[in-house]
Amino acid sequence: MANVISDETIEYVGILAKLELSEQEKEDAKKDMEKMLDYIDTLNELDTSGIEPMSHVFPVNNVFREDEVTNGDGRANTLKNAPLQKNNSFEVPKTIG
Amino acid sequence: MTAVELGQKIKAKEVSVMEAVEAAYAQIEAVEQDVNSFVTIDKESAKKRAEEVQRLIDDGALTGPLAGVPVAIKDNMCIKDMLTTCSSRILEHFKPAFSSEAVLALEKAGAVVIGKTNMDEFAMGSTTETSYYGATKNPHALGHVPGGSSGGSCAAVAAGECSFALGSDTGGSIRQPSSFCGVVGLKPTYGTVSRYGLIAYGSSLDQIGPVAKDVTDCAAILEVIAGHDKKDSTSVKREDYDFTSALVDDVKDLKIGLPKDYFGEGLEPEVKEAVLNAVKVLEERGAIVEEFDLGLVQYAIPAYYVIASAEASSNLERFDGVKYGHRSADYEGLHNMYKKTRSEGFGAEVKRRIMLGSFVLSSGYYDAYYLKALRTKALIKAEFDKAFAKYDVIIGPAAPTTAPELGKSLGDPMKMYLGDIYTISLNLAGLPGMSVPVGKDSKGLPIGMQIIGDCFQEKKIIRAGYTYECATEKQYEQLAAIGKEA
Repeated sequence: MANVISDETIEYVGILAKLELSEQEKEDAKKDMEKMLDYIDTLNELDTSGIEPMSHVFPVNNVFREDEVTNGDGRANTLKNAPLQKNNSFEVPKTIG
Repeated sequence: MTAVELGQKIKAKEVSVMEAVEAAYAQIEAVEQDVNSFVTIDKESAKKRAEEVQRLIDDGALTGPLAGVPVAIKDNMCIKDMLTTCSSRILEHFKPAFSSEAVLALEKAGAVVIGKTNMDEFAMGSTTETSYYGATKNPHALGHVPGGSSGGSCAAVAAGECSFALGSDTGGSIRQPSSFCGVVGLKPTYGTVSRYGLIAYGSSLDQIGPVAKDVTDCAAILEVIAGHDKKDSTSVKREDYDFTSALVDDVKDLKIGLPKDYFGEGLEPEVKEAVLNAVKVLEERGAIVEEFDLGLVQYAIPAYYVIASAEASSNLERFDGVKYGHRSADYEGLHNMYKKTRSEGFGAEVKRRIMLGSFVLSSGYYDAYYLKALRTKALIKAEFDKAFAKYDVIIGPAAPTTAPELGKSLGDPMKMYLGDIYTISLNLAGLPGMSVPVGKDSKGLPIGMQIIGDCFQEKKIIRAGYTYECATEKQYEQLAAIGKEA
């Protein structure tokens, strides 16, 4: 069955993705996503019942280590890439009213 | 001259490190205007480093095969204080505070970084045309793409602008451009090379690997960059790392499987012929060749785009205009700043994948798409397990075609995605694969053969590739006739 992406869905995905799309971009995204989902739906031809989802090919376990500082104070170096900084911190627009 | 040959000449004092580095820059000067392999060229620090490395070689402190050899690094690997853009506007001024582990390993071995290579933005693409800094051209035919996403690294090696390069491979991004550019490129088993400092695209699929002029270089480079790293929690501790010991000219009794689906519909006849001829060379040398049904081949691409996009949408959340890179000049409040920054900073293909990824992970669709794709991945892995119970290596083409013309691919993303059909399943299953040049089509464009191994079986791949190379005297591994090297 062909997928249909509604205006609401594209709005919602835009919020999740933190992207502001122009009207044209929204129309294009709808078409692209419908096409991709139709293609992805071919996976439904496969019977995967009883198959465990495989997130990693090798068993991945939590890797624990002592919480020791080994890389020194990188504050100045880290902040130097910030678009805006203030008082040794990243500066962002006001978030609390 | 290959990287290992140049390293030997440097060791024998026939060539100085400075001469080697200057020769690379001379070639860059001659061809870069046409090829555009690089995003950043850092002559000053390379020359300073060349002097240091020369001293260390003279003192006997550096004795490895890559000491003094010029290398180019794909622009998604962080290098301390060197511009690292991922070919995206959103990172246009980003200078990392640390270097990636793979680069540190090369530096420790005495290789000299000469610059950062162009790529598809955030490694999303198959042509290196989605770069914010302009497309890279194929050095063998400037009207064609070099492939992608490691197109800059492969073009730089093919054009003689560096002795070797590092690329990264999430769905074929080392092997496909290596095939298009006529160089040898290897994606190791997942977890073999540390991903620390590699700007993440699809973390469960990403793997760094060498792009080289021949199989010997490839093995030597892998030996240097492979290793267990505590800073990458998916890094694997392997039993051995002596990849160069597999440079043996012998494939007697090596069992080679040819998946029928890799030679069927959609494959260009010239590519098919060249790859089958190469297989015949190995058969003549004593390998046992058999066709078989791999199964599920057509499901790898849809599963991949769900998993890779999902991981990308999560990984790329960090680009928000706060910590590094671009921030929109004009915004109202925090959320609007995020949205505007990201919308201005990301290109169309990156946005497309972030949107798809956000969708398949959203509540209500997570099971139907994301978990379904992970279940498919388990089935694909099981198909390969069955195949490797019978065969030492699997051989097929790296890509169904040779390099397309510039400007012909991005208009139809779906068609472009289908070009990854032979490479993408290896990333899902974590397997190693290498592209080796085995011919040229009637337009003079290189063709690559992909040799696939089971997990941790790089040595079998290297042995097969090396034997082919010895048998054919590297006749298809010639650099592009361009610039001073021409």
